[in-house]
Amino acid sequence: MKVGIIRFPGSNCDDDAWFAIVESLKEEAVMLWHKDHDLQGADVVILPGGFSYGDYLRAGAIARFSPIMREVAAHAGRGGIVIGICNGFQIACEAHLLPGALLRNDVGYRSLPVTIRVESTDSPMTSAATVGQCLTMPIAHGEGRFTLPDAELDRLEDQAQVLFRYVDASGQPTAAANPNGSMRNIAGICNVGRNVVGLMPHPERAMDPLLGSRDGLVLFESLLATVNA
Amino acid sequence: MKLRVPVQVLPRHGILDPQGKAVTDALHTLGFAQVGDVHVGRHLAIEVEAASPAAASDAVRAMCAKLLANPVTEDFVIGAPEAM
Repeated sequence: MKVGIIRFPGSNCDDDAWFAIVESLKEEAVMLWHKDHDLQGADVVILPGGFSYGDYLRAGAIARFSPIMREVAAHAGRGGIVIGICNGFQIACEAHLLPGALLRNDVGYRSLPVTIRVESTDSPMTSAATVGQCLTMPIAHGEGRFTLPDAELDRLEDQAQVLFRYVDASGQPTAAANPNGSMRNIAGICNVGRNVVGLMPHPERAMDPLLGSRDGLVLFESLLATVNA
Repeated sequence: MKLRVPVQVLPRHGILDPQGKAVTDALHTLGFAQVGDVHVGRHLAIEVEAASPAAASDAVRAMCAKLLANPVTEDFVIGAPEAM
């Protein structure tokens, strides 16, 4: 598996993503500058976390017009896998690769470990997990409140595009377990084609017991299994 | 002609606006009991070269659709273009 990690001005989880792919998975990764026009043959594109362009205007709004995003959209259009993590999720929504928007949290910036529940295994990032599996990993964002008009939200649920929900210790999606006010506790989704995935929590920062959790590993193992299938 | 076009971008009505809520609460704390809801958005002043004020407004409308406002969650109002 070859993973292309896009580096925007202000990305700050690009090295974490590289570490997850190269050190934890022992797979190949290449850093791609946002002004590049070539994905260098990557099977998977990761849009990493950070504060691209200082979150000016809206988080992800400027990054989506970076030159390389044209190639990323073409890759997604061909069915190629694109993973947006945190700011990458915001960028993917702004680029209309994923539905919805990520608005300012209902209670300000949050940085803490959360528990998310896998809602569907029909995606490149959850294929090796099980439905109902609860994973602990960190979030760190000020704008992660997933928002979509109700009718579209119903369609998203009907098509099993919700991949992750924030839950409490007993696995229930309660209001108290929702760190940012996301509609229906949604933490991660995929597109209709199921090849573009976005999530606010950081699996790449939960790859080693030293980091407090290695629950992110199953998501990256899913990627590997999907690419090798 | 060179024109300055004002644009207001506000959270769509009905969508939770935590900034607006925080400002409302602060104003109430200060004793401004007459305050109802407050909504916090952005004001942009865009300088454009255009053949007419209508053409300037049309150009800014296209900019709003593409970049300046998020069609999922925000509404925008374009003000009257002013000569510079």
